[in-house]
Amino acid sequence: MPLNPKIKFAENVLDKLKVEQKTTRLGFGEGLVIAGEEDKNIVALCADLTESTQIHLFKNKFPERFIEIGVAEQNMAAVASGLAASGKIPFIASYGMFSPGRNWEQLRTTVAYNERKVVIGMMHSGISVGPDGGTHQAIEDMAITRVIPKVVVVNPCDYHEAKKATIAAAKHPLPVFLRFHREKTPMVTAAESNFEIGKAEILFTPKEENKIDVAIIACGPLVHNALLAANELENEGMNLYVLNNHTIKPLDEKTIVEVARKAGAVVTVEEHQVLGGMGSAVAEALAQNYPVPMEFIGVRDQFGQSGEPNELLEHYGMGVSHIKEAVKKVIKRKA
Amino acid sequence: MAHLHDEKIEFLEETANQIRQDIIEMLYEAKSGHSAGPLGMADVFTAFYFHILNHDPKNPGWPDRDRLVLSNGHICPVLYAAMARAGYFPVEELKTLRKLGSRLQGHPHRPWLPGLETSSGPLGSGLSQAAGMAYAALMDKKKYNIYCLMSDAEQQTGNIWEAAMWAGKHKLNNLTAVMDRNNIQIDGFTEDIMPLEPLREKYEAFNWHVIDVDGHNFEEIVGAVEEAKAIYEKPVLILAHTIPGKGIDFMEFDYRWHGIPPGIGDVKDSPPKAEQVKVALAQLRTLGGKIKSEHQ
Repeated sequence: MPLNPKIKFAENVLDKLKVEQKTTRLGFGEGLVIAGEEDKNIVALCADLTESTQIHLFKNKFPERFIEIGVAEQNMAAVASGLAASGKIPFIASYGMFSPGRNWEQLRTTVAYNERKVVIGMMHSGISVGPDGGTHQAIEDMAITRVIPKVVVVNPCDYHEAKKATIAAAKHPLPVFLRFHREKTPMVTAAESNFEIGKAEILFTPKEENKIDVAIIACGPLVHNALLAANELENEGMNLYVLNNHTIKPLDEKTIVEVARKAGAVVTVEEHQVLGGMGSAVAEALAQNYPVPMEFIGVRDQFGQSGEPNELLEHYGMGVSHIKEAVKKVIKRKA
Repeated sequence: MAHLHDEKIEFLEETANQIRQDIIEMLYEAKSGHSAGPLGMADVFTAFYFHILNHDPKNPGWPDRDRLVLSNGHICPVLYAAMARAGYFPVEELKTLRKLGSRLQGHPHRPWLPGLETSSGPLGSGLSQAAGMAYAALMDKKKYNIYCLMSDAEQQTGNIWEAAMWAGKHKLNNLTAVMDRNNIQIDGFTEDIMPLEPLREKYEAFNWHVIDVDGHNFEEIVGAVEEAKAIYEKPVLILAHTIPGKGIDFMEFDYRWHGIPPGIGDVKDSPPKAEQVKVALAQLRTLGGKIKSEHQ
């Protein structure tokens, strides 16, 4: 049984053509409305990107709790800190390039260091922003956020998970960075799937427990590519785990070490720079607890460029075939 | 201008003088930190903590308190000294400034010290936070006021003008900013490093009401805050013209004393380092030679 029977999946999850697609940012927008219904202290701030961040859904429902900041992300972060100091639960949203790209210091000092609970929606992250090109492709955001003490960083894998992560972020005591993407991406999970911040989910389980070849650890919409790769590799006779490691911080070290111990080799998959991203976080955990050979799928120390999203993912080495190659390579390195 | 009784003014002057002595002693003990700014703002902080603020040092989390947000965190010695003298924490604790494990961090760290409204140090974001607090208070129809104390040099950051524009848009009438217009910054005089003037016209163009005051005149400081409360349609900026290093002759107007403590190094035209603390304290205790000793 390849897909973990304990997990509720989207319909046709392994059928690239039939699987339903929606944006993760829509999950954020809808999740924020639900969170806003549950807690009247939630306010939403935006920096002139109301519709593309999907925060307009909240604005339409709660106009008196929506705050337009204009193109001023540093002000947005610090104003949010001041609102949080006064009993509000601010959600701020912009593109990852601008927030935390431009306002990192305000987020560090006035939010995290100052222990003010703010939720930061980082939209249009990753290279799949596409034609806008390298200026708008945030592929460093997980690295620069996860190094900040006392924060949470989550990269949901699909629309449903994005919605659940947004609702969960509202209730979490720490500042939460939520990472979303521009394009529609395949549904992996279902409305009723479990989601818990800090708890990685084993999506794909090995056929034979006693001869496991590799564990693929992925986050964000590339979890879907990881599943497709795993399915093909299983058909070629391999035994694999696929972990949906949506929470980059706090890392679910227990589950990661457990699958690494059983598999003896790990491939990480993320739409982000390999330097400092989710794979780095996994490597840090394994190096200290249970070192195994690792391969990393992600952008390799370069900037992106214009192109169609899938074209770019292939060009920068994050396609299904690249994951399969990385798996074969890491297995050869097993002692 | 507000009228303060002579006894009140005398009390405020004595308190400010005490706070200046505290600052000198703290900085000497810490062996690092900023001198000129804290000394120059001692009168403004005294006016706030001992007359203007509606606060309760024994109940720093009181929800309806006025908020004082310090944006230029590097002048925190004056904030700490004012808070200690007002009763937020024991005066003896001032000597822990900048020491390992101290609640009095080199730049303010809110979660560690009840009574601080924020953590600050990196310049330019206090006004945004104060504006956020003011906006929340208006949303919730709260009556308290928010005061943001900021420096002149931090007007060189972009974040300040983002905040000024946003506060003007929302007519945050419960927000009053007080700028320490002392004309100095680490590298020299502000107008040489990056000219700030005309500050009044700049803020007025951002839809603020602006009041100039002598930052060492209690009646003017208090009067400007009273005026600010009466302005309903705009946020208010009080341009407090201060003398950096105020109260100590060899520090006054000298930007070289911006970022160093007394007693650590020789500074041309100042007393030798071994004498600096003694000279400074003697000058404060005799009110600049007006009296023979503090006991007179």
